[in-house]
Amino acid sequence: METFIQQILNGLVLGSMYALIALGYTMVYGVLNLINFAHGDVLMIGAMVGLSILRLLDSTFPGLPGGVQLAIAIVGAIPVTMLVNVLIERIAYRRLRNAPRLAPLITAIGVSILLKTFAMMIWGRSPLPFPQLLSSEPIMIGGAVISQTQVLLLVLATVAMFALAMLVEKTRIGRAMRAVAENPRVAGLMGVDSNRVIVATFAIGAALAAVAGVMWGANYASIQFETGTVPGMKAFCAAVLGGIGNIYGAMIGGIVLGIIESLGAGYIGDLTGGFLGSHYQDIFAFVVLILVLTVRPSGIMGERVADRA
Amino acid sequence: MAFLTFDTAHKPRQSYASMAVLLAAMLVFPFVAAQFGNSWVRIIDMALLYIMLALGLNIVVGFAGLLDLGYIAFFAVGAYLTGLLASPQFAALLESVISYHPALQDAIVATFGEDVRTNGIHLSVWAIVPLAGLVAALFGALLGAPTLKLRGDYLAIVTLGFGEIIRIFMNNLNDPINFTNGPQGINLIDPIRIFGVSLAGEAGSKATVFIGGFGMPSVNAYYFLFLLLCIATIFMTSRLQHSRLGRAWVAIREDEIAAKAMGINTRNVKLLAFSMGASFGGVAGAMFAAFQGFVSPESFSLTESISVLAMVVLGGIGHIPGVVLGGVLLAALPEVLRHVVEPAQQALFGKVLIEAEVLRQLLYGLALVLIMLNRPAGLWPSPIKEDRPVAATDKDEKEEGAVA
Repeated sequence: METFIQQILNGLVLGSMYALIALGYTMVYGVLNLINFAHGDVLMIGAMVGLSILRLLDSTFPGLPGGVQLAIAIVGAIPVTMLVNVLIERIAYRRLRNAPRLAPLITAIGVSILLKTFAMMIWGRSPLPFPQLLSSEPIMIGGAVISQTQVLLLVLATVAMFALAMLVEKTRIGRAMRAVAENPRVAGLMGVDSNRVIVATFAIGAALAAVAGVMWGANYASIQFETGTVPGMKAFCAAVLGGIGNIYGAMIGGIVLGIIESLGAGYIGDLTGGFLGSHYQDIFAFVVLILVLTVRPSGIMGERVADRA
Repeated sequence: MAFLTFDTAHKPRQSYASMAVLLAAMLVFPFVAAQFGNSWVRIIDMALLYIMLALGLNIVVGFAGLLDLGYIAFFAVGAYLTGLLASPQFAALLESVISYHPALQDAIVATFGEDVRTNGIHLSVWAIVPLAGLVAALFGALLGAPTLKLRGDYLAIVTLGFGEIIRIFMNNLNDPINFTNGPQGINLIDPIRIFGVSLAGEAGSKATVFIGGFGMPSVNAYYFLFLLLCIATIFMTSRLQHSRLGRAWVAIREDEIAAKAMGINTRNVKLLAFSMGASFGGVAGAMFAAFQGFVSPESFSLTESISVLAMVVLGGIGHIPGVVLGGVLLAALPEVLRHVVEPAQQALFGKVLIEAEVLRQLLYGLALVLIMLNRPAGLWPSPIKEDRPVAATDKDEKEEGAVA
């Protein structure tokens, strides 16, 4: 039972990070029908900028409490990733809106390679240690442990997702985003400036990625120029699992994927009689993804898209 | 590309002439390149393998329009199959089976002879190539089956997952039964031996291959083998493209519902696209394993799948000469840059400003972005305007509107 609670907690932590990243994928997909393959690397840039800010703070104001430092790092990383993501959209995607479907996919891959290379040039190749900012005293919940960083992560993710839901449901720009996602042409006729909406979408996705990136660093204590690849891929899975294009789907997909993955890591050995070990946890996630998609071809929350007439 | 054309239907003379010119150039190439060192020929050898891969992927992505982000898995299947059946690895596998199924082990030893226990299995290339093609095709169908109902990006993620699953298995299937030797990979894979001539050169010949008294470096021998396979692949895929099946693929790509209404069995045709595409990947993988003499999971990461996809899309999706061009560019160029960049910087600035590896990545990424921005349909797209209305076939309302 303790293992179970522990794995659920781990899953929630992992899943809320996936959800934050998946939101970036799914929002962009919603308005542009495009997989922003560079999104994972935007997350990495966020983590790297956060780390640089932390180092700067450490040298200029050595006495600051850890929580404040972390907050400044996150707040500082957000505008940088926003700028990066908006630039990516402007340079690599905008001209290709009417191009064959795979063209923007390839530019996305090119941008992803470029971001990784720039990060390698600026921050070097080797993994950088991310400082331990919050107290490492663990919190016990029913026999399971969770670190303070992870609690903060859960809180931040919840707040961010709630704020995003509010933004999309209640504000003017949110309504415009929903309109463009529904039907860009009609939205344009109704006076929605779709370019502005698209830029806003990329910026919001990047802000969430920055939060996830800095917290990823704080949680795993080490980041590298390739840090974004795996979470990016997993979050893309999560977005698809939830039904790509649907923001609540991305949240649910992220959490579900995180929990499945950590339960898989915890129990796969027992399930297969020791034949498969916990290093197969990734397989577990992908197999579940494939199974879910065979039953529900458009994901958990995805609408059944009518076949083209 | 103005002076080279491969449009045999409309300009037969010109296209056969360009083929002949190209073939002659390809035949002479290794002897010229070998003057500058065998590493150049080696680069082209790898490029030829990648062209085979790209042509195989082109069947799935280009002809049938099914986005596959896990194509390298089939390359891996072919390579590991060769690793298992043409190296001492099988002995290690057998040893790990002992504790689990002694009876199974006895059965295997009884079939293959006592030698298996110490030396493993060493099949000849004539058995390996068809077997690799077949097994990869089987895996292709295995991937295809659960994805039949999926569309577009949902398909992409499942194929991506499939590729990762295969890679993770290769990384971990060394325990409890040692199939793949885990992250270390399989070593000592037999070189290819055709009619008694080993393409790696006999022992003590300094990797020189003698064919009828005529000697050439091992990489050149492999070059000709791969060239032959590439030509065979080009021939087969272009015949496939113009066959009934090829037209069915295009029909599915353009509109699956309409294709179904026209009486095409979309399920079988899609599965055929997956498995036929996969079989080329499998053969290329077998060649890769024998050429390198070594396979490890690192060679089969998601990045590789993506770079093969980039070759197809960048070259000109669905257009065979374009795909070949994309393969040559993206497979050979980074390697050439790796060799050229540092000496060039030495000559220009007297010191190395940017590491070759970094610069190579930069240029590769930039090339992908710039080429796609300027030529969204690829460097050498299909010239034939197919007999269909151009407007609104590929994109739904939504994408069109996004620009408005």
